[in-house]
Amino acid sequence: MGDSGLPPVGDPGLASVGDPVPAPVLELRGVRASYGRIEVLHGVDLSVARGSVVALLGPNGAGKTTTLGVISGQLPPTAGDVYLAGRRVTGAASDALAGVGLCTVPEGRGVFRTLTVRENLRMATYRGVRLAEVEERAYGLFPRLGERRHQLAGTMSGGEQQMLSLARALVTDPEVLLLDELSMGLAPMIVDDLYQRVRAVAEQGVSVLVVEQFARTVLGVADVAAIMSTGRITSVGSPSAIESELSDAYLGAS
Amino acid sequence: MNDPVAPDSPSPAAVSSSAVPPLLELSEVVVRFGGNVAVDGASLTVDAGTIVGLIGPNGAGKTTTFNVITGLERPSSGRVRWAGDDISGLAAHRRARLGLARTFQRLELFGSLSVAENVLFAAELCRRQGGTVRPPVVDVAPDVDAVHETAALLERVGLGDLAATRAEELPTGLARLTELARALATRPRLLLLDEPASGLDERETERFADLLVELAADGLGILLVEHDVPLVMRIASRVFVLDLGRILASGTPAEVQRDQRVIDAYLGAAPVGEV
Amino acid sequence: MEDVLRYLVIFALQSAAVYAVAASGLVVTYTTTGVFNFAHGAIGMIIAFSFWQLSSSAAWDLPVLPSLLFCLFVLGPAIGWLLDRVLMSRLGGASTITTIVATIGLLVALVSIAGIVWPQSQVRRVPDFFEGESITLLDVNVSYHRIIALVAAIAVAIGLRALLFNTRLGTAMRAVVDSPDLTALNGANPRRIGSVSWMLGCSLAGLAGILIAPELPAFTPVALTLLVIQAYAAAMVGRLRSLPLTFLGALILAEIENGLALAQAKEWAGSFSPSLGDLAAAAPVLMLLIVLVVIREDRAALRPERFGFKVPRPSVASVAVSMAALVFVAAVVSVTGVFAVGTMNELGKGLALGIVMLSLVLLTGWAGQVSLAQLGLAGVAALAVWKLGPVTGLVVGVVATAVVGAIVALPALRMRSLYLALTTMAFALLLERVVYGENALVESFQPFASGNARADRIPGLEGDTAFFVFLAVVFGLVAVGLTVIRNGHFGRRLAAMKDSPAACATLGLDLTVTKLQVFALSAAIAGLGGGLLAMWKVTSVGRTDFALLEGTLPGLPLVLVAVIGGITSVTGAVVGALLFVCMPLIGSRVPALKDLMNLAPGLAGIGLSKNPDGAVLQVAEAIEEARAARADVDPLAAPERLGTDGDGTPGRITADEAALLDDELGLSWHR
Ligand SMILES: Nc1ncnc2c1ncn2[C@@H]1O[C@H](COP(=O)(O)OP(=O)(O)OP(=O)(O)O)[C@@H](O)[C@H]1O
Ligand SMILES: Nc1ncnc2c1ncn2[C@@H]1O[C@H](COP(=O)(O)OP(=O)(O)OP(=O)(O)O)[C@@H](O)[C@H]1O
Ligand SMILES: [Mg+2]
Ligand SMILES: [Mg+2]
Repeated sequence: MGDSGLPPVGDPGLASVGDPVPAPVLELRGVRASYGRIEVLHGVDLSVARGSVVALLGPNGAGKTTTLGVISGQLPPTAGDVYLAGRRVTGAASDALAGVGLCTVPEGRGVFRTLTVRENLRMATYRGVRLAEVEERAYGLFPRLGERRHQLAGTMSGGEQQMLSLARALVTDPEVLLLDELSMGLAPMIVDDLYQRVRAVAEQGVSVLVVEQFARTVLGVADVAAIMSTGRITSVGSPSAIESELSDAYLGAS
Repeated sequence: MNDPVAPDSPSPAAVSSSAVPPLLELSEVVVRFGGNVAVDGASLTVDAGTIVGLIGPNGAGKTTTFNVITGLERPSSGRVRWAGDDISGLAAHRRARLGLARTFQRLELFGSLSVAENVLFAAELCRRQGGTVRPPVVDVAPDVDAVHETAALLERVGLGDLAATRAEELPTGLARLTELARALATRPRLLLLDEPASGLDERETERFADLLVELAADGLGILLVEHDVPLVMRIASRVFVLDLGRILASGTPAEVQRDQRVIDAYLGAAPVGEV
Repeated sequence: MEDVLRYLVIFALQSAAVYAVAASGLVVTYTTTGVFNFAHGAIGMIIAFSFWQLSSSAAWDLPVLPSLLFCLFVLGPAIGWLLDRVLMSRLGGASTITTIVATIGLLVALVSIAGIVWPQSQVRRVPDFFEGESITLLDVNVSYHRIIALVAAIAVAIGLRALLFNTRLGTAMRAVVDSPDLTALNGANPRRIGSVSWMLGCSLAGLAGILIAPELPAFTPVALTLLVIQAYAAAMVGRLRSLPLTFLGALILAEIENGLALAQAKEWAGSFSPSLGDLAAAAPVLMLLIVLVVIREDRAALRPERFGFKVPRPSVASVAVSMAALVFVAAVVSVTGVFAVGTMNELGKGLALGIVMLSLVLLTGWAGQVSLAQLGLAGVAALAVWKLGPVTGLVVGVVATAVVGAIVALPALRMRSLYLALTTMAFALLLERVVYGENALVESFQPFASGNARADRIPGLEGDTAFFVFLAVVFGLVAVGLTVIRNGHFGRRLAAMKDSPAACATLGLDLTVTKLQVFALSAAIAGLGGGLLAMWKVTSVGRTDFALLEGTLPGLPLVLVAVIGGITSVTGAVVGALLFVCMPLIGSRVPALKDLMNLAPGLAGIGLSKNPDGAVLQVAEAIEEARAARADVDPLAAPERLGTDGDGTPGRITADEAALLDDELGLSWHR
């Protein structure tokens, strides 16, 4: 379905999981983006290595969602480039990118509200997995979805919608996973469990970029963390290093 | 989970020992959507000047309960009482005029208006409907005009600098604060908050918690739905746990946190799915 | 009795089949594109005419089957593809109102194109398939054509259901409507899927057009285009979603129509007036109206409505100044007599209709409620002026329109804009057919129906010059009055209601009362315009001035032009009014441009898809951008201030501070 001529990112020749310094699967170089006249990203550099979990943290309005929008092809950057497995994909269409294995779970609106749960899952089959398999794995992951397969997604509770949105991402075997505020609206015990699953898919070679405001849970499973504020990456480091920096940034005043 | 839980029997006396009826009382509310039972006989009470937490797993029926209280959803059975009066049959806007305000889990801001106008609109409505008999929630004279009350409210929630921003351009967290300010502009006696802290960062959450405590100290009743359990446990004086539409447990934060059923259904560490 | 039954079963089933095909096309387009295609009938009409062109012995006389296949599988999809490319793909993210207007523009344009390509002077007939051949079923002769229609209807129904609900493509088509962005994130190409939807929809429209054409008493563009009212009615029974219910709707409608026609033929009701045949003609409209009033929307299945309008907020002072200028120009023009009488007539009409457009600015631009009936409502006041004299008539007329407007609004209280557009359209057609029309219920309205009513002007303003200036003054006053409302609490109330009804209710706003108020006010303004129009025209007032699609300046193009001018501002109404009168004026002056000018409103409506905010707003936006560039504010700096004041208790705000805030926000709180 991808008509952009992109090669599959999952080419095993690129880098193997065991590499000491794996080549980045996803890389942003000097990305700038704006809404209308207002520039929101002022040169973002970021890279995600194969099979790793990178946490992108930052306060409200820092530009995290915008960054994901640029990566997933929803918002063309005004400058800078996005590379997937070493290939420049700046400005490629979202559907083409999805076709080569880039899976995005958008913030808070990841389901088709007027379709049933099952139909939502059917849409996930555009990524090349059979419907029966998608359903089986999704219902296994979240039994609640199985009970409600014929309910319109728009009538489900906030958390149930979030489950559905995540199920799509977790069961279609993506190469790169972008998660925006995964924990929003979910009960804490589900959040913990989900992060374990994210860790597990990363172990299988999926590269994950997680955006969160709430640092604690995600830092537990991340390999690398970055802080973003007012449109720039202000620091990158190990989760523990970032954690101490975070408490300065967020709570230093009080 | 079928056995009735003693502390939740719908007797107001059991909950608040004083003779004054609770500000809000929900008894035996049932909401069905086709075959699904979203709320299955839930009862709870909220007193003025207290923060009450309503927590529970996803899909437990918390938002639906809010919709029943505010009149956006008709329950299949059950009663809603306001300071002792049965308001089950009242339309949503009439309940609001009694001093019942809420925020939404899925944001419902007036996107085409500025932040200030969102709040101003509510302040003006309040004045037109005689809501000024209730005291303002910010430190202004009761007969202050709508503009000044709006300005004070925006400062209070920390949105003073964003007054002119169009609401639809706000990031989630600030949008939630705008909804809060708008709800406060109606000079409520009871405030229902549906996941107000999701989308706030840690520092904003801190500030937000302080704000709620202050509001309650001034006499406002607050019913708080939130998945940020530490936040709820810190500021709520009483917590109801909803599961599968029923009140699973209720009590002080400490009691609830120790309750094994609550740990199993909501707080616990066991994985959810089987796979 | 037995033949009655037979008649009702066999005949009704046949018309039901055709309606069902048309209606399911409509449902499918709506379900898969999110656009309610007012031009569905017009597209079917174009394809049916093309079919005639290809196959009729009076034209190119090609064999029937290849012509048919060409129309359904080449022409239909081609039109669909073109529409998608040129029109619909630009409408992504546009407001419901804009899509309604764009498809109405398409309708108007297609009708005028058909009028140019296939002039009315020639009488045409589309032959049945297998002309003359029939079989006998239960003693009734059933032509092959009708059997084909029935089979086609059933096949289409089954095929569509399977496509929409059991295939990934069908799911994706619906998904695109829900969220194109999310569809793309799932890996499907929303553009391509959108094209397929339109191609399918247009083919179905063509099939319906070709099947219906032979059954029509007159094979004309307007007749064929308006036949979709039946389709609307049937589709509404299925709430634009359920295909089986849509079929049920088609069947009920066909039964009613055939039943009434039969009763008429058998003279069961004696010489009942209005005749049952006329009632049959109004049946689809009535049914549409009733269905719209009784259906309950499944709120859960609603997608949130989009109102992509940015509403500008000029201050009262600036509007007052421009309106004073308008009055001044009007006075100069009419006193000096620079224009010929004919031109002045048109300009005066423009001012009166401009007032009607102002009612749309309030209702549609600000309150987000679509009404296609404003001109029809205006006719009520015109009637009153004609019957009761200028002063009493105007007062009674304005009050009456306000009341009628509020009544029309009743079903709208719980509807979203699409259904409202349909309700008001049905209402306008009903007014046109049973009140203003040739078969009017009231015998003494006959002069109005034939356009010969005579209205007197207000005493003291009998002269053309005086009345012209008076029109300009009224326009200016209404415009300023509306701006005052807009900038005050009521204006915020309208905007809030448009953005989130649920939030309004929980803040204590009575939505019912607010909606009734705005409908009544807007209808009253329309009535004022209508009454003044009648007075301005003096003689020859009548139905054609207040019709929906026929006449020189009909109601649908009026809405179009109002939106083109800029439905969100009172200045837009001035632009719209000028456009409205200028186009036919140019057409009559320069005959070479006549056809083009007939096309103009339609084309402009389509062009709107490119600039959905209308002409005035674009200019306003450019100005604002220039201003904003000067006073640049960095929004990113703002969140940092959160939480800066440690104690959290703000001091009292002084009056000075509030005034400053007021200034900074550019609001008109104190102005
Ligand atoms: N559609 C838009 N139009 C104009 N400005 C926008 C738009 N969307 C976002 N912005 C602005 O861009 C900035 C960055 O927003 P973004 O959504 O990327 O932040 P974020 O880091 O994801 O915040 P949050 O944690 O609240 O989700 C904010 O200042 C926001 O106001
Ligand atoms: N209109 C509806 N039709 C069918 N089921 C519904 C409808 N509205 C809600 N439900 C179901 O009722 C249950 C309760 O929903 P509700 O939104 O109240 O949950 P919640 O406790 O707020 O959950 P969350 O924490 O995820 O927001 C859910 O299982 C939901 O799917
Ligand atoms: Mg974000
Ligand atoms: Mg909820």
